[in-house]
Parts: sequence; structure tokens; C-alpha cells
Amino acid sequence: MDKHSPPTNPDAREPDLHEPDLHEPRPRNLLQRLYVAFESPGRRRALHLTILAILIVTPWISSQYTTVILTNALLYVVLCLGLNIVVGYAGLLDLGYAAFFAVGAYTVGILTQQFGVNFWAAIPFALMAAALAGVIIGGPTLRLRSDYLAIVTLGFGEIVRFTARNLEITGGASGLSHIPEPSLFGWHIDSSIDFYYVFVVLAVLAYLASQRLFDSRLGRAWLYVRHDEDAAEAMGINRVATKLAAYVIGAIFGAIGGIFFSVNLGAISPESFSFQQSVLILLAVVLGGMGKIPGVILGAFIVVLGPELLRDFGTLRLLIFAVLLLLIMLFRPSGIWPEKRS
Amino acid sequence: MTWYDSFLQQLVDGLVLGSFYALVALGYTMVFGVIKLLNFAHGDFYMTGAFAGFGGLSLVSGFLGAGWLGIFVAMLLAMLAVGCLGVVIERVAYHPMLGAPRLSILITALAVSLVLQNAALALTGGQYTAFSTDLGFGGFNLGNLFLSYNQIVLVTIAALLMIALELFVSRTLYGRAMRAVSIDKDMCRMMGINVSAVIAVTFFIGSGLAAAAGTMAGAYYGSIWYFMGFLIGLKAFTAAVIGGIGSITGAMLGGLILGLLESFGTHIPFIGSEWKDVFTFSILILVLVFKPTGLLGKSEVERM
Amino acid sequence: MLLQLKQVSLSFAGNTVLHDVNFGVDAGRIHSLIGPNGAGKTSMFNVITGFYRPQQGVITLDGDAILKRKPHAVTRMGIARTFQNVRLFREMSVLENVMAGQHCRTRSGAIAAILRLPSQRAEERQILETSLECLDFVGLLGHQDRLATNLAYGHQRRVEIARALATEPKLLLLDEPAAGLNSGEKQALIELIRRIRDERGVAVLLIEHDMSLVMNVSERISVLDHGSLITEGDPQAVQNDPRVIEAYLGQDDEELAL
Repeated sequence: MDKHSPPTNPDAREPDLHEPDLHEPRPRNLLQRLYVAFESPGRRRALHLTILAILIVTPWISSQYTTVILTNALLYVVLCLGLNIVVGYAGLLDLGYAAFFAVGAYTVGILTQQFGVNFWAAIPFALMAAALAGVIIGGPTLRLRSDYLAIVTLGFGEIVRFTARNLEITGGASGLSHIPEPSLFGWHIDSSIDFYYVFVVLAVLAYLASQRLFDSRLGRAWLYVRHDEDAAEAMGINRVATKLAAYVIGAIFGAIGGIFFSVNLGAISPESFSFQQSVLILLAVVLGGMGKIPGVILGAFIVVLGPELLRDFGTLRLLIFAVLLLLIMLFRPSGIWPEKRS
Repeated sequence: MTWYDSFLQQLVDGLVLGSFYALVALGYTMVFGVIKLLNFAHGDFYMTGAFAGFGGLSLVSGFLGAGWLGIFVAMLLAMLAVGCLGVVIERVAYHPMLGAPRLSILITALAVSLVLQNAALALTGGQYTAFSTDLGFGGFNLGNLFLSYNQIVLVTIAALLMIALELFVSRTLYGRAMRAVSIDKDMCRMMGINVSAVIAVTFFIGSGLAAAAGTMAGAYYGSIWYFMGFLIGLKAFTAAVIGGIGSITGAMLGGLILGLLESFGTHIPFIGSEWKDVFTFSILILVLVFKPTGLLGKSEVERM
Repeated sequence: MLLQLKQVSLSFAGNTVLHDVNFGVDAGRIHSLIGPNGAGKTSMFNVITGFYRPQQGVITLDGDAILKRKPHAVTRMGIARTFQNVRLFREMSVLENVMAGQHCRTRSGAIAAILRLPSQRAEERQILETSLECLDFVGLLGHQDRLATNLAYGHQRRVEIARALATEPKLLLLDEPAAGLNSGEKQALIELIRRIRDERGVAVLLIEHDMSLVMNVSERISVLDHGSLITEGDPQAVQNDPRVIEAYLGQDDEELAL
């Protein structure tokens, strides 16, 4: 990504006598401090523990409103990390990601509310449905040019939404309500704090799974295929299967988000899974930095917390986001998270 | 009405719908031809064109009236305004990205689309704006078939625009340069063709045609809103793909075919109008998967 | 015969690129494919590795048909290649580049990775060790953490060879490995090609324009002209074959200096 490397500062060529350590510039702002901490193994552990501690303590020292917003942010962390696998790692532009979110939510909603299936028993079905949807839509389309793929995924997202709106079993335009809350070993998960902790666990798991995937044979294969499909094929990597794996794993992340979203709200409707939803998730990934896990998490928080801060701006909020996305693409397409130095 | 009458009525509806699709599809295909970019914002040029036409009509209706003459002038104004907007957007947003990875350009195009859409949302508050005209509901009967004057004028204007475009592309220097640029940009540069200017002209025409469709749609349906470009953008893209992306004749053909398919498709039992869009997107996906070059597109060299 | 092509013909849009080619490479041999520019040498590589699909013919590796297979499946069967213009994964480290080669010899999937199963961790260790061994073999141990693009050109070519070796091939195809190398590097390349055969038992098929290198290293040479094989034999025989000299006539670059 030629354009994506940070612009070289002409002054940097001049030997700076006051700061001899050119390779380790002192972190200037919070973001760079975070970056440095995240990149050094010793400090990373401390950082993890600190963030976890903050996450655990927060609901006890803040309002219920804050807890609900944070729960939403954690849901976005799961969704964004899933889309990051598809867009950031495999380099496939998916504009219908909300469809998988919908498949997860509706499968669980229908099974629990209309068929009385236990929530936990419904989860495997929801995951299978999402994986199946991923294979059906990805299988034939992943060999297409990337812009065709983007349009196909967009069309697929709309098909799912229209279908949900037109079918009786999905509750039509008004959607499903009274989706029962789950229990786990006698713990009835119903308060906003309960759900907050459920989403903390999900976000942590999504984070761990992302890290481990990227650190594996499959994660590297995504990068190989994204960088040079021919060279990757010549190395014995099946590019279609590799892309499909990314697409399906992304679908499963999305479905997991949808599953818990549906029981958290207790009601879902087709409009929760619109194109705008897909775009918002994509915005978070691009904003944070495609392929950069901590950046993407940060992006998810910004996308959810930003509108809360901009609440007074009304409809201008979305315009601000759109302009922000455009500015990022034009001036910092690698996102706000700092680039890895070699 | 017999099945034959209803068939004719669907045919007319399909032609009207198809004219809109074709005009918008042309912009997709032309821009794709010269810079190989899928311009996600193109549907929003249609929407912007509708609003520009609305503004234009309120300017000129005082002395030209809000009949077809006023609408026609408003349409020309909208084409000019949105054409220029297209050129500016290409310069500001797409031009700097031409060397970047395709993923970046696509997301940039998406961002442009969102900016236009949300700017319109912010300006209108998300409400429908009434596009009031003096167009009547007059028309005449051919047997049991009712043809409104509006439909006839609309299809005629669309046809004239397409003929003008066809003449421009095949007969003028710029038109030939456009075709040359779509084949080999570097070679054109070496031959002294001002590639940037050709790209600008392409954007101007493509956006202008979308604006023409937008204005006419506003006048025909009577209301406009910020989100009107989204669905038609997707459908026009479908039309361009059906016809073969990059092919101008293909886009016209694809638009008409899609208009007819939708018009007839909604009358097939079990499909019904609420499934119309699902039907269209399924066609899009099927065409992309099984015949990505469309009816008239050139196939790329096959590898592997 | 390790690799065998029988009556292979390839054409693009009516232009014949390969015409009725019969060709074979023996196990454990160093075999060169030469010919004037545009003779179809790289196309032949692309046919063998599954990137192009010929209109007719049979290709087998160790008796197994490879013709209808995709490039990744061909690599898995035991044919690895390098590219004429070095095609490393530019923004990844040297080590990550070489690790790509091990992909087709390993199998852990997403679930094993997420759960960090013992088998997955053992496999990751194996990938790492094999890749480091391959880097060591081409003499680039110590460079593994650098970005591939930051290496000198000659080193990039070696990384590409290491990456191909990491696929554990039976046959290695080298497309103009000496292009852009200085004479010292060419000498080292000859050594490397011999060691690939002697120490790893891998047969090598190379396309090369540098005739002194070809004559020096090859045990067998095939000459391609206008898509047809015109002769084949040991360096001595090929060098003196009038058809070869004729094929090269009019080519006024270094290739004439046989």
C-alpha cells in the first residue's frame, strides 16, 4: 500500500543532535503510548490486565445509561473484529456484513420465541446458519473481482433484510419481540449489568480468537492471498478456500454478535440490520486501521461513543461520520492506529 | 382486462422504469470504462440531480411554468450542476486514489456516497420533499391500454439523451478519446491525449445523465428524498452488469431489460411486489456469478 | 521420468504459444530450457504449474496427471516455482515469506488455531524450523526479521528460492534466476542450484538467458523456438546444433555469445 505508509518527514533526514535515539522516538500522544505498550510483550500483559480491570469495575461506578452504551460498544468490538478478518486481513470488501448479524439474531429469535428452544441449544443452529449463509454467498462469488464482490455482498445484505421484512416467521416489518432472556446455571441474565458482563466476555473471546488466528497458518495465508494471489497460489495456497475461510469466520463473529444482541434487546426488527449498520461497522474498521486489532477495537468504541458525544448535532451526526470516513481514506487510509515500524 | 392488455401495460411500465435505469447505468459503465472504478456514489448523483432539478424548477417556474418546458430547463440546469459536482468529486476524492489498492478506492467511493446522502439528509431532515409540477395525468387509450403523456415525454427525452451520447462517443474527438482511454490509459498518455480531461468529461456526462434521470423521476413520481439514490444505484449497477459493464449500448440494453424484468417479474405468482427488490438482487448475483461479462461486455483473458 | 509433457499445445485467442511440445525432466537432474525471447518458455512454466490451461496434451509428475489441477494443487504435488520478476510478499518479513511455502505441508485450521491445540503448536514450530532451515540453506539466516522489500535484489531472489524450497518440492522451476545478478552472485547461484540437487535431491528446471551459466550448470538442455521444441541434449550437443544457432540468429543480444 504505497499511499499508506506515513509521509516521510523531510526534517527527519537531518541529524538531530538533541535526540540521539532516532529509532525509538518518544511517544508523543496517548495513542502512541498505547501503541508502544501494546507492541512490547512485557507491557502488553499489564495493559491487558488494566483494560480488563477497567471493564470489570466501570458498571459499578457509572450510570446505567453508560453501562448500556458500553455494552453496545462491546457488541461493536465483536462485530468489527469479525469484519476485520474479512476486510482487514483477507482484503475482501464486504458491504453486507449486517446480514450475518441478522442471521444470528433471527435464528435465535425464531427458535427461542416461536419454538421454545432453549437459548443455549439455539446457538449452534445460529452459528451453522451463518456459516452456511457465508458458504452459499461466498462460495460462488469470492472468485469475482473485488468490486463485484462488494456489490454482491451489498445485494445479499439487502436480500436478507427484505426477506426478514416479508416473511411471517420473522415477524415482518415489526420484527420479533419478547425474545426470552437466557439463564446460565441458574443465573438469569436479564439486567443491563448482566448483559454488560456477557459482552465483556464475548469481546475478550473475540479479541483472543482474532489474535490467535492472525498468529497462525491461516492468518498468514490471508495476508499472502491479499498481497499477491498468484504468488500465494504458487506456494500451494488455495486462494478461494482461504478467502472463504475468512468470509465464513467473519460470518460467525457477526452471528455471535447477533445472537446476544437479540436476547439483550429482547426484540429485533429488519431495520437493525440495514446497510447503514454494515457501513458503520466498516467505518469503525477503517477508522481504527484495517488489519490492526487494537486499532479496530478503538474504532468500535469511537463509532459507538462518538454519536453519544455528538447527540446535539441531530442528523448532522451521520454527515460528520461520512466526512470523517472520506477524510481518513484521503489522508490516512491506514487508520488512526500507528503503523508498525520495521 | 385480458392478459394481453395487462401484458402491454407491464411493457409500458417496464419501459419507463427501464429508461431511468438505463440513464443511471450509463454513468456507471462510462466511469468504469475510463478509470475501472465502481462509483458507489453514482446513485447519489441521481438523488442530488433530483434535488438540483427541484431547485432549478423553482428558479425557472416563475417564467417558464412547471410544465414539461420548465422541467426540461430545470433538468438541463441539474445536469450542468451535478455534472460539475461529479468532476469536482473525481478531482478531489478519486484522482488522488488512482494508484492506491482497489480496496481503498472502493471505500473512498462509498464514503463519497455517504457524504452526499447524509448531506441531503441533514438538509431535508429526512423528510420527503414534494416535487410539485403542473404535469397533468392526461393521456390516451390505445384499445384497453392507457398511455400517459408524461410516460411518452419521459421515454422520448431518455431516448434522445441516449442517442446524443451514442453520437458523442462515436463521432466526436472526445468520444473517441474516451474509448481509447478505456482501453489503455498509458498508451493514450504517450500519444498526447489529455487523459485527465477525458476522465473529467466522462464524469461530467455520467453524472449529468444521472441528474437528468433524477429530475425526471422527481417530476414523474412527485416526491424526492435523500435515500432515493440507494436502491436505484444498486439496480442501475445491476443493469450495467446485465448489459456488460464498460459497454454503453450494454448499459442501455441492460436498463431496459431490468425495467421489463421487474415490471413483469412482480406479476409472476409468488413473487409479488414486496419481493421485487429481492428478485432484482438475485438477478444481479446470478449474472455476476454465471456471466460476469454480461450480454455485451468484453471478456478478460482467462487465467487458471 | 519425473515430469513429463506429451503433445502439449497452448494458444491464446488463436495465437499459438506452445505447439505439440513433448518434454521431460528426470529426477535429480538440472535441466535448462532456453530459447529466444517470446519462444514460450515462461508460458511453459505457467502450463506446468497450472496457471495456464493448455488446449490439449498430457502432463504428469511421477506418473500422476497434473493437467486439470489448480496451481496450489500442483504445488502440493511437488512442483515449486519462482517468478521472472521477483514476487515476494513485499510488506511481510523474510521469515513470513518463507513460511508461506510450508502452508501446503501443514493442515491446522481456524479451530485449532483459536484453541491453540498441541498439534497446532507443534505444527507452527515445524513451520518455523523448516523455514529457518531453508533460509539457512540459501545463506540468509540472520535476515529473517527484515522486510522482504528492504533486502538487496540478489537476496530477494534467494528468499524466493528459499520460499519455493519450503514447499518441499520434487521439482523446482526457476524462471531466470540470474537476471539482475552480478558475476559473483551468479557464481554463488550456480553453487546453490547444485546444492539443491545434491543435498536436497530436488530436480531443477530453469529458464535462463545467461548462456555461460546454463552451459556450466545444466546436465540437459532443451531449446524452445516459436512454441516448438527444436532440439534437446547435453550442453555440448546443443551448443553445436545448427538449428539452435539459427534460432538465435537475428537476436543481437548477449545470447549470441554462446
